[in-house]
Amino acid sequence: MYRSQRLSLRYYTAAITLFGVMILFGLLSALYYVFPSMLFEVLNFSTSKILHIDTLVIWLLMAFLGAVYWYLPQELEHEVVGIRLAEATFWVFCAVVAVVAVVFLVVQIGDSTAFTLWFINQGRKYVEAPRWASIGVVVVMGVFAYNVVATCVKARRMTGVTWVLVLDLIPLLAVYMDAFPADENMSRDLYWWWWLVHMWVESTWEVLIGCIMAMVLMDVMGTSRRIVETWLYIEVMLVLGAGILGLGHHYFWIGTPEYWLSIGGFFSALEPLPLLGMVVHAVYDAGEHRLRTVNRPAFFWITTEAFLNFIGAGVWGFMMTLPQINLFSHGTQWTVSHGHFAFYGAYVCGVIAVFYVAKQKTSGVACLDDRFWKWGYGLLNIGMVGMVMGLLLAGITQAFYGRAIGGSTLMAFTQVSENPWFLSGIWARLLFGIVFAAGYVALVYDLLRKPRSNAVGAGEIAGAAT
Amino acid sequence: MDTISVGPPRAGVGGDLADPRFWAAGAISTTIVMLIVLAFLTVDSLSVITAGGRNVPAYDVINRHIGYEFNWARHRDVPVIGGLEPLFGQTVTEAEAAALMEKGKLVIQSRACMDCHTFFGNGAYYAPDLTKSWLDPAWENIWMPMTGKATREAAMVEFLMHPDQYPTWNRRMPNLHLTEEEARATVAYLKWVSSVDTNGFPANFRTTKPDHAKQP
Repeated sequence: MYRSQRLSLRYYTAAITLFGVMILFGLLSALYYVFPSMLFEVLNFSTSKILHIDTLVIWLLMAFLGAVYWYLPQELEHEVVGIRLAEATFWVFCAVVAVVAVVFLVVQIGDSTAFTLWFINQGRKYVEAPRWASIGVVVVMGVFAYNVVATCVKARRMTGVTWVLVLDLIPLLAVYMDAFPADENMSRDLYWWWWLVHMWVESTWEVLIGCIMAMVLMDVMGTSRRIVETWLYIEVMLVLGAGILGLGHHYFWIGTPEYWLSIGGFFSALEPLPLLGMVVHAVYDAGEHRLRTVNRPAFFWITTEAFLNFIGAGVWGFMMTLPQINLFSHGTQWTVSHGHFAFYGAYVCGVIAVFYVAKQKTSGVACLDDRFWKWGYGLLNIGMVGMVMGLLLAGITQAFYGRAIGGSTLMAFTQVSENPWFLSGIWARLLFGIVFAAGYVALVYDLLRKPRSNAVGAGEIAGAAT
Repeated sequence: MDTISVGPPRAGVGGDLADPRFWAAGAISTTIVMLIVLAFLTVDSLSVITAGGRNVPAYDVINRHIGYEFNWARHRDVPVIGGLEPLFGQTVTEAEAAALMEKGKLVIQSRACMDCHTFFGNGAYYAPDLTKSWLDPAWENIWMPMTGKATREAAMVEFLMHPDQYPTWNRRMPNLHLTEEEARATVAYLKWVSSVDTNGFPANFRTTKPDHAKQP
């Protein structure tokens, strides 16, 4: 085992912990919708919401870093260069996250001064973390980028996957610089803010998880490198070909010119294509290997990733991306429904697969297939789909009554918030959120317990890969 | 571990479809083309959304009346800039207006407004969208009588400074400890935001005056 892989286990531990924190504040945020006076002026909705969405970004980022630190030495057959630096920045990363969380919980907001932006809260969604902490993230990501490139150079070896990974690091870091400005012009502020949010979530992260999934596929199913890399290139071509101008679907209503309605509508309608490609790839590959795998939970989570990425990001996104629909659906719980489904399908499922790969390798079993992993798998998926459906019901109610009929005034917003359809959707979200949280507990329990060496039925599925 | 194929390219203009290098070239060229197009569109868009551009009025628009009416030619609601209607009864210069906007935006960021509210539909979804909040009929119908203030802007300042004292319905706005200066800058900011041409978002918004959907 490489030293870099031990570091990645630490990253996974931090990521799973923050995954739990995210769920905790997600449940709390859901509770405000049904008990609005809860914790009034003690811990307001905004703080709970910030902790929910910021931990989402950070835990996924930590899991990605962990996954790359896991696979990089394996891919290049060389220990990561600058591993000591990487180990040190891991602790820096954790310390920064902890301090920011405490400041959000205790201080919450500040005066309208630059001091607040530097040390308390930047108040821009997803990148609320104060500037000093954002600089910390840049340092961590910079060290990470250096390590990846330096290891490739030192190993004197490049594979297709590492090429894509290295090139992806450039935009990954570059667009994060959008975390700093405080433009007084809301239109311009949002214009650049979407470069960060969209280009991370709908472009560079998709490419990054594509690289990670490519390496997992070779690992757990023994898919040939040539096939995996060909698919990776096709995926990158389609993701960036549609996704770069797909950015336009965020430019419908922020003051930007009318041509974005056509450009954004057209290219974002193409965005599901690469995701559909991944479904085809996954089904074909699984069929060709007769569903044989050395790591059953990882295999199931990867296949789920392919399907739910297509449905959550692709279908749910397409449903509301055309401007004629988006005019009414934009900024309602409909968006929230899509957001949850897309993040879960595109990233969470894949990251859980990576956790199971690490579990198998560290425990040393030839074939991982206990029964218990199915509890986490089932509860998380049922919980997520239930939440998404509840939010969709609430969102469609808002689009009909609050936006189309009510015209988005304060009274329209208020009345639709009391609408029984809306409330039943919001209650469903809360209840399925609890199911999801139970799934998290089952997942963590399963990841931590010792696997039974070669469980029942292992014989017939063993011996597939490598 | 086999690495990327290094054999000679096969015949044919596009190369062999099963050759990874064909798709690698496709990925790189597609990305470059799209980035170039995006760069051109960004230059154009920034000129339109900079204050004083085609869709985003200069900050001293807060000296004027702002409406939101259905435009039959464009078939959507558009902001209509009218005659003089100075905010708080005081006409401001361009520089003073810019200073107010900078302050107002800092208030919005420092109080994390967008983690409950939305602007142009972006933010959290727990509280109403603020894109056209300056034009909301509730200020005249509910808040002016409730606060006892004579003007919309005075009622807004009073509400922003003491939102906890004016409970709306079961979702209440917490007191975010705005000073009067901060509240006035925020009101100025909201008035300016309402003047931005948002391609008709939000649709069917009923403004303070019932001038909606008049056919010429």
